[in-house]
Amino acid sequence: MHEMSLAMGVLQIVEDAARAQSFQRVRLVQLEIGALAAVEPEAMRFCFDAVSRGTLAEGAILEVIEVAGQGLCFNCNMTVPLAALYDPCPACGGHPVQATGGTEMRVKELEVE
Amino acid sequence: MCTTCGCGTGETHVDGKALSGPGNVQATHSASVPPPNGEGAGEIPAGMSYRAVGARHGQAHLHADGRRHVHDHDHAHDAAHGHAHASVAAQGSATTPSRLIQIERDILARNDGYAAENRRRFDEQGIFALNLVSSPGSGKTSLLCRTIDALKGQLSIAVIEGDQQTSRDAERIRATGVAALQINTGKGCHLDAHMVGHALHELAPADDSLLLIENVGNLVCPAAFDLGEACKVVILSVTEGEDKPLKYPNMFHAASLMLLNKVDLLPHLSFDSDLAIAYARQVNPALQVIPLSATTGEGCEQWLAWLRAGCSARREQKRVTMASLQRRIAELEARLAAGG
Repeated sequence: MHEMSLAMGVLQIVEDAARAQSFQRVRLVQLEIGALAAVEPEAMRFCFDAVSRGTLAEGAILEVIEVAGQGLCFNCNMTVPLAALYDPCPACGGHPVQATGGTEMRVKELEVE
Repeated sequence: MCTTCGCGTGETHVDGKALSGPGNVQATHSASVPPPNGEGAGEIPAGMSYRAVGARHGQAHLHADGRRHVHDHDHAHDAAHGHAHASVAAQGSATTPSRLIQIERDILARNDGYAAENRRRFDEQGIFALNLVSSPGSGKTSLLCRTIDALKGQLSIAVIEGDQQTSRDAERIRATGVAALQINTGKGCHLDAHMVGHALHELAPADDSLLLIENVGNLVCPAAFDLGEACKVVILSVTEGEDKPLKYPNMFHAASLMLLNKVDLLPHLSFDSDLAIAYARQVNPALQVIPLSATTGEGCEQWLAWLRAGCSARREQKRVTMASLQRRIAELEARLAAGG
């Protein structure tokens, strides 16, 4: 899903940081991607590789930390792990479960020179 | 290129005019790239942001307005970026010390910034803006035409149409007598807040109006991009599968209202409406649902009532905001007068 736009968003954040913090090269970009964010890490790497060519992030390693999905079960009134937006509550087997975590897409950290 | 849906960037047009800016970020590389010898390279108008590299693979084409140019494809050429490779390699000696920098920024922060600007404009003008999303062929444009015909005597309405190519939808909307602007996303699979900001500048919707933004027909990508709308409205038609909300959960999760369209066809189909609604609420327990038919008008009254209520709520919100601003101005003037 739209990984090209996201990869360009990552590159913009990296370039903004380079201006603010004066670095010339990026070795590693660490992302936090929620399990429910519908982002494919492999597609993200492919796209980031394409958009970062000729920039200060060329050749940088893209590390993706997957954040587990979480939801609030309306039956149990408890926060439960959620692997997909349509999954039932693992505790009671029921619906609905409102997603409360695991939808984030963030640039967490950079290793720079 | 997006490996899932073919989405790319760099050729967005608002009402036939090329859009520069973050959506076309690759264009920034073009300055250092020698112009290709391929056809069309000399015909790019000044100030346009096309990146005319890759004549070997580039596709020249002609726009409806007579412009012709060459599009790039999405990976860079070794030849074009050879200098960059060399300089990066030179900096990359193993002895260079490295450091860690905490960033903690949302990848979509830039889009969300533009969305916030759009939303502020909507709030200040009392505009009720909706982002209409669905698969291609769910009947969005037909539904818009019927909606406009029913409401145009009561409300000021403006429409932004998003499609990869052609201005056919905007022309259909203009035929109803309201202002419509077409955004062509080119290779892109969704509208973003920056494109909509430009469209707003061109379209200049009236105060207290209803703004209908018809997104690109795609049940995946538009879910993630906030345009500044009051809410997303997802349209599912009964000629699709009941399990679409489960197959494309993000969109149904992001929407506040689902319109179940083409219900006039139900007698001829085995589609189970209750099951489709149950699946949608499995993904989004708070989802409102209105079954209707854009062809016969069945169920449309409930949708129109929902729109009128949304518009009145916006106007009321604007009135409250204005009243509080006026009170604040009066307070400040009083303080200035006392100080003077």
